[in-house]
Amino acid sequence: MEKRVVFGHKILPYLLVTPQIVITLVFFIWPASQAIYQSVLQEDAFGLSREFVGLENFIYIFTDSVYLHSVSVTAIFSLSVAAIAMSTALFLATLADRVIKNATVYKTLIIWPYAVAPAVAGVLWFFLFNPTVGLMAYYLKLFGVHWNHALNGGQALILVIIAAAWRQISYNFLFFLAGLQAIPKSLIEAAAIDGARPVKRFWTIVFPLLSPTTFFLIVVNIVYAFFDTFGVIHTITSGGPNYATDIMVYKVYHDGFLSLDLGSSAAQSVVLMTIVIVLTVIQFRYIERKVNY
Amino acid sequence: MVENRPWLTAMTHACLILGVIVLAFPIYVTFVASTHSLETITSYFPLLPGDQLIENYTRALTVGSRDVGATVGAMMFNSFIMAIGITCGKIAISLLAAYAIVYFRFRFRMFFFWTIFITLMLPVEVRILPTYKVVADLHMLNSYSGLIFPLIASATATFLFRQFFMTVPDELCEAARIDGAGPLRFFFDILLPMSRTSIAALFVILFIYGWNQYLWPLLITTDESHYTLLIGIKRMLDVGEGQAEWQIIMASTMLAMIPPVLVVVFMQKQFVRGMTETEK
Repeated sequence: MEKRVVFGHKILPYLLVTPQIVITLVFFIWPASQAIYQSVLQEDAFGLSREFVGLENFIYIFTDSVYLHSVSVTAIFSLSVAAIAMSTALFLATLADRVIKNATVYKTLIIWPYAVAPAVAGVLWFFLFNPTVGLMAYYLKLFGVHWNHALNGGQALILVIIAAAWRQISYNFLFFLAGLQAIPKSLIEAAAIDGARPVKRFWTIVFPLLSPTTFFLIVVNIVYAFFDTFGVIHTITSGGPNYATDIMVYKVYHDGFLSLDLGSSAAQSVVLMTIVIVLTVIQFRYIERKVNY
Repeated sequence: MVENRPWLTAMTHACLILGVIVLAFPIYVTFVASTHSLETITSYFPLLPGDQLIENYTRALTVGSRDVGATVGAMMFNSFIMAIGITCGKIAISLLAAYAIVYFRFRFRMFFFWTIFITLMLPVEVRILPTYKVVADLHMLNSYSGLIFPLIASATATFLFRQFFMTVPDELCEAARIDGAGPLRFFFDILLPMSRTSIAALFVILFIYGWNQYLWPLLITTDESHYTLLIGIKRMLDVGEGQAEWQIIMASTMLAMIPPVLVVVFMQKQFVRGMTETEK
């Protein structure tokens, strides 16, 4: 799609795109190319010497059990976050869609956690499950569960999954509700007349018709769990205990910024970049196109 | 509603209310904790708000936690500057870039377009160290410009405005040209006022995005005078073996949530529009 009427001006368009392009080059393209460049170098922590090592950094990370562990933690974490956040949201959206009259009230009450930062969500849940002052930790103790996510890796992973999913429910709810309200009521009515009960109608008509929304949300939720949950991990567990919640993005930060293992951190960045590119391509290529190119 | 099933409707409401309560529960507990003294919180946890609300919030805003040398008021100001800077910066440069790409034909137009597109695939999380190095070399650590500029390139905002400009009828542009308006005049007098709703929707989304930034401020602010509120809260939590000042931390957490939540609740229409249009 192109405009038929355009302005003819030699310099103005370049001036108009300059701010965006300069910011992009300086803070995006250049650092990204540096990450790729560093991923094939071996450098000491003080930047005094560097040598070209080819793919050694990549071979190193993919044979490093700590990194492979981090990959599996990321997989468990992101799939759980997506599953919990999406199923809860779909359940609530289906209910809200039924009581159409009050749907907007419920909508307001359900979407606002989205405004809460992931780091703040982390603080909220960290406090709730804090072994010394937390309310939930106290109740769990009454039931004989000794909750201490600073020591127990499984509990730590559960806690970061809940905290990350909690915030994402609102987002999914909004899109599921919009998807549900777009389904023609006549289809539902026809099925009802044929004697299909609400649960049957949901699985045979509503759920299949929602599949574009569902696929779109799967990608968005995975991207969220991969890249936007740094704050949750950092405030609740800092990757611990014993790497139990060491997701890939956290590991890049830790290795690069705290351990100053530049080559390995850069190689990890390149792996993450590849993942973003794949997810973005999936999002634009296979999911309902809203943007025309 | 398709059929009348009173029991099902009652169950639906019950489940929805339960859902709302569960979602709000962590925030309620936080609020309760922010209204008690530290002794009360650590000895037994109360379920109802206490009487220390004004004291805790006043102390947080004007004195701050003893573990961080900046007041919550000052850190909120930093968060606010960063959020507004990112929001306005993104909207401004995206409007200009989209205008150039839609209304002009020039060399490298598609090259510029794809360069902007690539930023979608490079979130700050995947280029932490090199971006830090660039900002350090530009002497922008511990400064507002360092907090704002690296985050204001925006492919999504550019595409959104591009989409919108495509729907503006060509006749408007023709009419403006016949009346003797140049490109800048057309932009400021016609296109910009027409983009108001898109700008409002983006503003809401981007304000929340900016206010909630965490990783980037964590990297580049080492000086307490430039801490944003979220970083300050994390520092208050990091007390090692000591006793965290929970009542102040919880008051600060409430204060960190209030601005974005208010924006979502009161600008819900723009918020929903922004969410569905930017898709991210």
